[in-house]
Parts: sequence; structure tokens; C-alpha cells
Amino acid sequence: MSAMSPAPRRRASLVDSPLLDVEKIRQDFPILRREVRGKPLVYLDSAATSQKPQAVIDALVRYYTTENSNVHRGIHLLSEEATQEYEGARTKVQAFLNASSPQEIVFVRGTTEGINLVAGSYGRQNLREGDEIIISAMEHHSNIVPWQILCQEKGARLRVIPMNDSGELLLEEYERMLGPRTRLVAVVHVSNSLGTINPVEEIIRLAHRQGVPVLIDGAQAAPHLPLDVRKLDCDFYVFSGHKILGPTGIGVLYGKASLLDSMPPYQGGGDMIKSVTFEKTVYNDIPYRFEAGTPHIAGAIGLGAAIDYLSAIGLDRVAAYEHQLLEYGTERLSQIRGLRIIGTAREKAAVLSFVLDGIHPHDIGTVLDSEGIAIRTGHHCTQPVMARFGIPATARASLAFYNTKQEIDVLVRGIDKVFEVFS
Amino acid sequence: MSELGDLYQELIVEHYNHPRNLRKVEGANRSVEGYNPFCGDRFMLYLRMDNGIITDIGFLGSGCAISKASTSLMTESVRGKSSEEAQSLFSAFHRMLTGQVLSDQERELLGDLEVLSGVVEFPIRVKCATLSWHTLRAALEGQKGTVATE
Repeated sequence: MSAMSPAPRRRASLVDSPLLDVEKIRQDFPILRREVRGKPLVYLDSAATSQKPQAVIDALVRYYTTENSNVHRGIHLLSEEATQEYEGARTKVQAFLNASSPQEIVFVRGTTEGINLVAGSYGRQNLREGDEIIISAMEHHSNIVPWQILCQEKGARLRVIPMNDSGELLLEEYERMLGPRTRLVAVVHVSNSLGTINPVEEIIRLAHRQGVPVLIDGAQAAPHLPLDVRKLDCDFYVFSGHKILGPTGIGVLYGKASLLDSMPPYQGGGDMIKSVTFEKTVYNDIPYRFEAGTPHIAGAIGLGAAIDYLSAIGLDRVAAYEHQLLEYGTERLSQIRGLRIIGTAREKAAVLSFVLDGIHPHDIGTVLDSEGIAIRTGHHCTQPVMARFGIPATARASLAFYNTKQEIDVLVRGIDKVFEVFS
Repeated sequence: MSELGDLYQELIVEHYNHPRNLRKVEGANRSVEGYNPFCGDRFMLYLRMDNGIITDIGFLGSGCAISKASTSLMTESVRGKSSEEAQSLFSAFHRMLTGQVLSDQERELLGDLEVLSGVVEFPIRVKCATLSWHTLRAALEGQKGTVATE
């Protein structure tokens, strides 16, 4: 039966047929039909936030139109329906990550809050003076600052895995850093400013050999790569809904049940308790212990719809298609004189960070915007990465499965225009 | 396109590619750093003040075309002026970039600086154009250290 060997069949279909019907997919994203400054929008800023398919927009409208009510403990039908949908979204996330149980899925505001939760709860509980936390040289500020705050509070030390000139982590240095004082490793899966896909499986394996738990910042990986937290064996995995076709203000913290269960609450309030008296409060079970207050119900439902949409396409096809875009974009940009790509790791997601000789990234961004092309310019909340490469900023085109090779051609013509303006 | 042309006028691109007074001033008695965290623009501004007059001014650092050209143009326009004259030039400049109607007198005062008027159509770039002016004001007021736009 097909259950015996699904993988080879899927791979065969990849070769036989075009990866994706991009034109059809683009019709699902209403914003892609709009014009910007009189030109068709070319949206190349998905690493900042993804666009939303109609299915996600509809899910939000439907919830607020027909089911809006507060979840948990409601006695009336609307509350029952809203609770079912909210918890249904949790189950969708569980399946998406291949987590063992829905109780391992905590809804948070986004990646930033997920990391702060682990730092404030697990970190504060387990870190002592002289202990060490390991992060990497390519972390987003949101996977640096929470650990800095924690280390300052505890008198602990933050250690940083260095990287080479291509933007690849030096694993042998990492291996040397791991020691008896290491309490946690927190590393980004896919770099937002360089595109590097880190060998997280190996990073986790090495840490576990020393009994050290690992948090993976999956903000840029979840929208682009098939994920399996059980196969990775990570202890925590965090990502944001809005980068994966969902609404802003919702995100996910996955944690192994045994770890979450051992952790104290992060915030106090309603929903995170079993009983409260002025003398003593009994905290709720996981995941509710970490979801104080009315959650972002619509956001979770929207995220559920996003996951449904993405899963129907298939992350393996998304990854393969985006890799083609990356290869095409890399080839086209490499041919431009005076352009240098920042981030040339062998394993890369579809992020093209670049600088132009003598032209500041912000001016690149302004000229491209006048052509309807949306890219991001600046330090991308990774100032240490900019310092590592000795540049103040980059221009970054980040691609998604709704982008096309034609749009990369428009980008290339836009860059020609930039040179024209500054010639 | 016309808006873009208004922003990157020839004189601005020319000042960006060939900034004036890009040097440390010998005998400077004021120096303040200007920093725009949004763009990463960072300029060190050096002034020599003699009896309340800016007798020499220069800068070092890097930034986008708007901030660099604006700094270059500023150094040209305030050299030889008194502190008060430089301050009123800044207020005219600031009024221009916030889209206010200028008097003939103000326009005359601004001179070449008027090429930066196109920035008004690009609100997020206003800080690029005013960074060096905020830095200058801090220097004139005797401040030290770094002036940040955000």
C-alpha cells in the first residue's frame, strides 16, 4: 500500500510535473493584484512578513462574523465553537510540526515572545552565576537580547558561535564551547539577513551529547522548509504566524512536554490557573499555564487556515520551488557588476542580501520602491552580522513561493535603474 | 518617477559622489557624532568656532545619499556664519522638510539647500536629511557625544 513508501512516490511527482502552478497560487493572494506607484507590486519582502492568501483573510472574517466569543469555560454555543476552533488550530500546529501532543504547543504573540518566555521561565529557573548560554553570530536581535538580559540578571555568560565569510557557522568552535557550564543553546534555523540554513540537527545532537537543551528560532524556517520537531529532537522551537501566511500577533512556542511541565509560569492572569485564593494559586496544566489572559483567538484560527493552505501545497514543493528561484536570482544578481551578495552559504533559503559599490542600501530601496519593488534595507535586526561583514546595512530581497522568475527580472532591471540614478 | 527625480536631484547625487569638507578639521573645538539607527548613517561633525562664528567645519563618516549630500551641503552653507545665523538656517530648512510654505526671505536664505525639498515626498527619509543639522545644533549648543535620530 502507499503507506509503505510515500516518500519515493512524492519525489517522483516532483520530477514529472512542474513544481507549482504559481499563476494559480498568485490569484489566492489578493494584495498581489495591487499597484504600487503606478507599477505592478513586486513583493520581495516576505522575510519581514509574508502576504496572506484569501483563505486566511476569510477565516478571520468568518470568525468575527459568526463565532466571536471568548474561549474556555463558556457555557454558551458561540464560546464552545470558538474554543473548538482555537484548540483545532493548536492541533493543526501540532501536526504541522509533528509534535507529540497538542499540549506541547503554546500560542504566543510571535517568535520574540516565545524566546522571551523560555528565557524568563526556563532560563530564570535553571541559570546560575557562571553558567553559559550559547547563541550564534547570525542571530536576530530577538535571540540575543532576551539572553543578554537573563545573563546580566544571573551573572551568566553569553557565548557566540562564530561564522565564516560565507555566513556558515563554525561547528568545531561550537563543539569546543559546549561544556559543563552550558545550560542552553539557542540558535537560528534560517538566518533572516544571510539566508543560511544552519545544520540544526547536528547542533542539537552535539548539545544533547552534553545533556544541554536547544531552542531553535524557526521564524524564517517554518514558512520555507518541511519541519519535524521529533526528528530534529529540539527542545524548543519558535516561529511567528505572520511570516507563514498567517496574521500578525500570533506565534508558536513548541516545547517538549517534560520541559514545559517543569517550567514556572511566564505571566500571571486568567486561564493560566486551576484555583486562586489570596493565600495560594494552583497553576494550570500545560500549555494553558503559559497562556495568561484572553489569547489572540482570531489569530490562532487564521494561523490554522494558513497551515491548511500551506500544507495543501506541501512544504517540500515550496522548498524545491523557492530553491529554483534562489538559484535563478543568485545567477542573475551575480552577473551585475558592482553588486556583492552577502551570505553565500552552501545551504541557503531564498534570501538575497546584497550591497552595491558606492550606493547606500537605503537609496537602493527608495529607487526600487519607485519601480513598485518592495525590498527591505537596513541591518535587518542583525547588527552583529553587519559588523561581521563590515557593512552598515544591506538591501535584501526575500522570496516566497508566490514569487516568479519574471519578478526577479524586474528586480534586476530595477538595480540597473539604481546605477543610472547614481551614475 | 518625477518624485524620484525630485529626490535625487543632480546636485544631490553630485554632493554624494563628491562630498565637500569630508575631513577632520584642524584645531576643531567642537565635535559631535550624529547617528541614525534606522539607516545606520553615522557622521562625526567637526567645528572650529571663533568668537561665535563657524570658521571651519568638516565631517567624516558614511551614510545614504540624502544624509551625506545634506551634510556636505550644510557644511558649505554654514561656514562663516554665526551660531544664530546657522540656527535660523536650520529652522528654515526644517520648515521646508515638513512641507510648510516658505517666505521669499527663507528661500533666499536656503539657497542650494532647496535641492533637498523633494525629500518632503518621502517622509521616512526626512531624518536622513536632518541628521547632520541636529548634530550641528548639538555642537553649537556645546554638547558632546552622540546625537541619535530615534
